[in-house]
Amino acid sequence: MRIKNIHLGNLWISVTSVILGLLVGAIIMLLSGFNPIENYISLFTGAVGSPNAIGEVLREATPLILTGLGFAVANSAGFFNIGLAGQALAGWLASVSFALAFPHAPGFLLLPGAILAGAIAGALWSGIAGFLRAYFGASEVITTIMLNYVALYATNAIVKGMLAKGDGDYSPTIPVQARLRTPFLEHLTQNSTFHWGILISLAAVIVVWWLMKKTTLGFEIRAVGMNEDASRYAGMSTKRTIISAMLISGCLAGLGGAMEGLGNFQNIIVNTALPSIGFDGMSVSLLATGSPVGIVLAAILFGLLKIGGLNISIASTTPPEIVDIVIAAVIFFVGANYIIRYLGIKLHRPSKPQPPVAANTAPQAAVDTRAEQAAEEGEDNQ
Amino acid sequence: MNLITLLLTVVSTTLVYSAPMIFTAIGGTFSERSGIVNVGLEGIMVMGAFSSVVFNLFTAKLFGSATPWLGLLVGGLVGVLFSLMHAVATINWRTDHIISGTVLNLMAPALGVYLSKLIFDGKGQTDVIQRPLANVTIPGLSDIPVVGQIFFHNTSLVAYFGIIVAVFSWWVLKYTRFGLRLRSVGEHPEAADSVGISVYRYRYMGVMLSGLLGGIGGAIMAESITLNFSISTIVGQGFMSLAAMIFGKWNPIGAMGAAIFFGFAQSLAIIGKYIPVIANVPNVWFTLAPYLITIIVLVAFIGKSQAPAADGSTFIKSR
Repeated sequence: MRIKNIHLGNLWISVTSVILGLLVGAIIMLLSGFNPIENYISLFTGAVGSPNAIGEVLREATPLILTGLGFAVANSAGFFNIGLAGQALAGWLASVSFALAFPHAPGFLLLPGAILAGAIAGALWSGIAGFLRAYFGASEVITTIMLNYVALYATNAIVKGMLAKGDGDYSPTIPVQARLRTPFLEHLTQNSTFHWGILISLAAVIVVWWLMKKTTLGFEIRAVGMNEDASRYAGMSTKRTIISAMLISGCLAGLGGAMEGLGNFQNIIVNTALPSIGFDGMSVSLLATGSPVGIVLAAILFGLLKIGGLNISIASTTPPEIVDIVIAAVIFFVGANYIIRYLGIKLHRPSKPQPPVAANTAPQAAVDTRAEQAAEEGEDNQ
Repeated sequence: MNLITLLLTVVSTTLVYSAPMIFTAIGGTFSERSGIVNVGLEGIMVMGAFSSVVFNLFTAKLFGSATPWLGLLVGGLVGVLFSLMHAVATINWRTDHIISGTVLNLMAPALGVYLSKLIFDGKGQTDVIQRPLANVTIPGLSDIPVVGQIFFHNTSLVAYFGIIVAVFSWWVLKYTRFGLRLRSVGEHPEAADSVGISVYRYRYMGVMLSGLLGGIGGAIMAESITLNFSISTIVGQGFMSLAAMIFGKWNPIGAMGAAIFFGFAQSLAIIGKYIPVIANVPNVWFTLAPYLITIIVLVAFIGKSQAPAADGSTFIKSR
């Protein structure tokens, strides 16, 4: 199974994809007898209608920025890290366990320590897949998916067997000084779950941008992603680069998980399914076509959709899963950007009425037609 | 528990758990042999499971004991429809195969739960079906001493059906004109195109076959193991089938063998406590076993397996 690097599109592809995705959602709602306009309005008011809602949206976006960045780094190296969910779970478990292990430590040690523990756990978890890919050629698509399920069931067993009190399905709440939520932010956003993690996410955006664009490692990661053989020929250690990219990716996903543990939940629960920040982070990154600033915008958009989506099912009987369908449709159109570009070119240059065929114009007409065809096909020759 | 009963339990549980993966892995083989990577098998299984359960719940009175078998067919057909999304995206619209497959995996559970909430008044989990694919004792074969006891008593008929499908698919791929052409578009689409084979048509057929068999696989999972549809009906069986296909070297019979092996790994979670040597191992290890074994198998055998040459590539017909 070969994975090609995804061609990065421009902003209008993402915007068109979002619009088309919302359109698909509207059609599905119409077919199932709901009013899409009403639902989209209640989605919008549910997402930005109050300080509380805005706080929730930003809280939702916080881990998605991190997992999105994680996917983008791995993807630059030509890697399809589907294991973000498992890595986030490892980070979540590690950060909460760390905070619970030292309940009397001062906050300036405990909080950074817990965050670091999450990052390291995520990195170790993805490092397994990176190692297996670099040294054994095992497809990371399969290994990371399998590691997701291992993380899910192992974490559940650890929470149930070691962290939970009695027969409970959740760990105790972490000590106050390890929490990212503060009374100040709660007061600011009418008791939302908004927390300081957003600053960590934004810092990560800058660090990742700097790392990928300004450092040798970033250059090597991108070079390996573009052409592994050429990079090896140029003297780069592809094995080391692959593992580094995977470690950074998992570290970011682990941070995302730590945000859930230290900010959103403030404990860890027995999960029935993999945390959604994994696959949503991947979608965020694909929608943003890998650009760090785009990831922030896309994560906020996903936050709007997810938090607003809750309001849909309050205001009407529409199942909230419609939001996930919209997200899947958006990613479908991002993936199928060829057809969007193709139609874009068609619409930009509406077919001119054919000029009367004269003997001396025919060769020129043929050249024009060929040029038009080349423009349409251009995207895959890049 | 004496030895015969133990073996009977091991064999029948293994077959029950491997049946969904046998079908799905063969489906994946058809798709990848035609050159289309299909990581969306998981999503296809979800849709197959959903549709078969809904069909089963509504028509159990009408069709009686034939219901679960018709349910398989319904699951397969819905799987074909769902796989068309992957086919259009990868074959015509030049989408990256992994992204498109992932979209199927994102879309299917959301769509399944959305539709079950529509159909069953807001419940994201369906009722339990009344007509499951029950285990049967195969008449005639079960009278063979010892072997009949172990292999044909109270066993999964649909798994044997899957084994037959695997052998048939192997024959189709290896010896028929259709199979040769399907393999040729997966190995070298330009060469196939130059001798007049429609690459697009054969790739569509490959993906649709994976939709049919993946949908049947999901339907088997729902109708013989979980007995209802919810978000946790399909948890990684599609991905395991994908791994089984790779382990089986893109060959239907190999894929079947690997699927049976993974089925055995999954059945350990249920029968582990009856096997004396490993009875005291904590249960979580049995839950983890199939996933860990899949990774180990991939790492150990990856060097020896060879994907079709043009697997994952987009064919663009020159004008």
